[in-house]
Amino acid sequence: MDLIFEKSRPGRRAGRVPDYGLPVPEVPAELRRATPPRLPEVAESEIVRHFTALADRTFGIDTGFYPLGSCTMKHNPRVDERVARLPGFRDLHPLQEDDGAQGALEIEWRLQQILAEIAGLPAVTLQPAAGSQGELTGLMLVRAYFDDRGEGDRRDTVVTADTAHGTNPASVTMAGYKLEKVETDARGNLDLADLRAKVDGRTAALMLTNPSTLGLFDEGIEEVARIFHDAGALLYYDGANLNAVVGRSRPGDMGFDIVHFNLHKTFSQPHGGGGPGAGPVAVRADIEPFLPSPQVVRDGGRFRLDHERPKSIGRVRGYSGPFGVFVRSYAFILAYGPALREMSDAAVLNANYVLARLKDVYELPYDRLCMHEFVLSARNLKRDYGITALDVAKRLMDYGIHPPTIYFPLVVPEALMIEPTETEPKERLDAFVDAMRRIAEEAAESPELLREAPHRRPVRRLDEVRAAKQLVVRYLFDDSVGAAPESARADSSARANP
Amino acid sequence: MSAGYLSLTDADREEMLAAIGVSSVDELYEQVPEGVRFTRELDVPPALPEAALVRHLEELAARNVHGGVELSFLGAGIYDHYVPAVVDVLLSRGEFLTAYTPYQPEMSQGVLQAIFEYQTAICELTGMDVSNASGYDGCTVAADACFVAKHASDRSKVVLAETLNPQVRQVVKTYARGFGLEVVEVAHDGGTTDPDRLAAAANDAAAVIFQQPNFLGCLEPAPELARAAAEAGARPVVHVDLVSLGLLEAPGAYGCAMAIGEGQSVGCPPLYGGPHYGFFAAKDEFVRRMPGRIVGETVDTGGERGFVLTLQTREQHIRREKATSNITTNQTLLALAGLVTLAWLGPQGLREVGETCTALAGYAKEQLGLPLAFDRPTFKEFAVRLPLPARDVIREARARGVHPGYPVGRDYPGMDDVLLVALTEKRTPADIDRLAEVLHEVCG
Repeated sequence: MDLIFEKSRPGRRAGRVPDYGLPVPEVPAELRRATPPRLPEVAESEIVRHFTALADRTFGIDTGFYPLGSCTMKHNPRVDERVARLPGFRDLHPLQEDDGAQGALEIEWRLQQILAEIAGLPAVTLQPAAGSQGELTGLMLVRAYFDDRGEGDRRDTVVTADTAHGTNPASVTMAGYKLEKVETDARGNLDLADLRAKVDGRTAALMLTNPSTLGLFDEGIEEVARIFHDAGALLYYDGANLNAVVGRSRPGDMGFDIVHFNLHKTFSQPHGGGGPGAGPVAVRADIEPFLPSPQVVRDGGRFRLDHERPKSIGRVRGYSGPFGVFVRSYAFILAYGPALREMSDAAVLNANYVLARLKDVYELPYDRLCMHEFVLSARNLKRDYGITALDVAKRLMDYGIHPPTIYFPLVVPEALMIEPTETEPKERLDAFVDAMRRIAEEAAESPELLREAPHRRPVRRLDEVRAAKQLVVRYLFDDSVGAAPESARADSSARANP
Repeated sequence: MSAGYLSLTDADREEMLAAIGVSSVDELYEQVPEGVRFTRELDVPPALPEAALVRHLEELAARNVHGGVELSFLGAGIYDHYVPAVVDVLLSRGEFLTAYTPYQPEMSQGVLQAIFEYQTAICELTGMDVSNASGYDGCTVAADACFVAKHASDRSKVVLAETLNPQVRQVVKTYARGFGLEVVEVAHDGGTTDPDRLAAAANDAAAVIFQQPNFLGCLEPAPELARAAAEAGARPVVHVDLVSLGLLEAPGAYGCAMAIGEGQSVGCPPLYGGPHYGFFAAKDEFVRRMPGRIVGETVDTGGERGFVLTLQTREQHIRREKATSNITTNQTLLALAGLVTLAWLGPQGLREVGETCTALAGYAKEQLGLPLAFDRPTFKEFAVRLPLPARDVIREARARGVHPGYPVGRDYPGMDDVLLVALTEKRTPADIDRLAEVLHEVCG
């Protein structure tokens, strides 16, 4: 379909801007815009139709089943949207004096208390904008902690699992640490022998997701914690998979010292096609002084932002964090109350049910009960029929189902990482199982059907290699033909890394 | 009966447990070592049914003094511009609201095309060649720019103009340690940055970041600053307000390498600080070092145009510790709000918003009759000197239902008597008259 820029006609417009008939001061000539930006010129009716058509070409949880592993695509309650739009929140300026923001500060303070209880750690910052920023914040806290103890220069290495999300090693680099990778053993736990060999006086921390990206709870977690704490190092919990264990097991009790939450996963902030999110971080008491500034505190019955934090790592984001996310997550948590545990119970039950009904047709690399998600391999289909995990994923689209995460974690070839979440009714799970079983049959009967899938989407399979080779990352208006920038020309360096 | 938003019945559960071959959910949790199981009930507030939940949050919201109950001239980085009704309606479409990152392009053509259009709009406004799909906010994109510039140059110093938003500078400093960056700040000179002073500091720097219009409301000599930075071999990076770009020159046209900023003023209500969107745009030479998602055009097997996430080899899920950034979640939904707003305004509307704001600011300068803190041209915000400490004036004015602006002394030592007053097209001349009246009363 046409771009909104292709629908533009000179002189057409939607919005009318107030004009109070006041004189307009001149912008100094050397700062004045020479050529107007080519923004679309369209009527409001066509704006509504354009974006409605784009919405029609987008699949959300509202459209159907979305078992995208590690992303926790649960139902987003609409009351959360209603309360986040209350004028008392929506129109509140973040630099309002604290006495004019008592309701907002109280929500932030209450959410800090709730997250502390869920993590089993006493202090929480809400500032990080997303899980990955929570990770980076966590590593900055690790550095501040060791700097304060005079061990900052010595401890230069952070350990991650080979099953870790890519954000973990990327955060390690951004925080200025060296990376050490630890392998997974045959049961899907961290390999303790490998771990012991890689932890020493240079180790600053472990970053671990538990349950792991394989959907398995690390059965040796107590020993893992002991190894790191004995070496004087800290344990960082990547909360991406917290949805499995809320009210069942707390990261603080597992031995973790620093934990990030993904409010957009566990506590239902809608993902919005890629964001927003929020990545609050909980820490043990002796790390609290290093938390970002400002911190929400309560003095008697009043709440305020505390900027006087001499040991703080500083600010990681503007203001006190993505407040609208806090309102939604706070509302979401209050809809469950102490029964939050039932949320995780249902997530784990749903995942195990789907696993039980699929493990005879797809390979199960670690034959255990799972937590909230599990990883299958399409290796058998590849070996027998030349059908890949990608083909399975694309064919699922024709059944009206969003594909699972594929080719991750990296330790499983032809990986299909499936996370049903707790909000799905059994009929949806059954329909998914039926589709996956039918696809396995189709792989044998009519493999071309899979290789050419999808057949029922607005576009057929898209050429991602071409997109990287012949880079076009913005609309090239007609008159810019012949003046194409480097990014619009053939690109050779992408070829080396398809 | 299930809690919250669950949908399994008791009969479902029995059937499912049987299919798994276990007798209870507890059995599924046996892989959690006994020593780390949590056995008591969570100590969180009791569950509220939806009606009670709404009432509870309404009560909390009522304790905030927001723009609907106080006439506010507070800006300082977050501005109360009009958000068109179509934005909320279109963003409430469940397909946009509840989709994840478009990893499977055939499922997500709509959101991918929207991001491509957003990237185009940002490139048009800034005069840059490439924009990412958004960053977290106007602060973190500045840290991103430093990371890009450092790796593009192998220089480890960055220069920040002191007139750059203090929160942005704070975030850059927080990130600097891990990035291995030295941060140098350049003091302002009468409200703007002196190009010669900037040039001296920019020697051996990877990047120079300045803000246009700057935090103090003044228009920087941006082309001269960009030239000074470039001549010193540093990459000029401008932190810019999108709203200003209907009137002010595109940064790409005066030699900036990157244009970044807080997108809130286009499409997002203040919402006590977010979520909003940061934008990050750059010249072609930085395309492979860009942080975050980028959408590119391609074709499907039938030759039809389509859109995909591209250059993913920069990103953490492929490149891991060698990635250009750890970012994964961004602010796509808010960037979409920005795109819809820009389409609603069009080039003419964006220009008119700028003109109305500047006109209101001009009117306010006259009506307030207070000495200007800086003798510099301004856009929608300006600083005045008060006969009393700004904090006291703010308190007294707020008692009269008017929030007069931001106390600059909070961030700039020795400027306790300076007040920063912001205008948007939502304020009227009558609002300004009221502000003038209140300030007159308070300041005597």
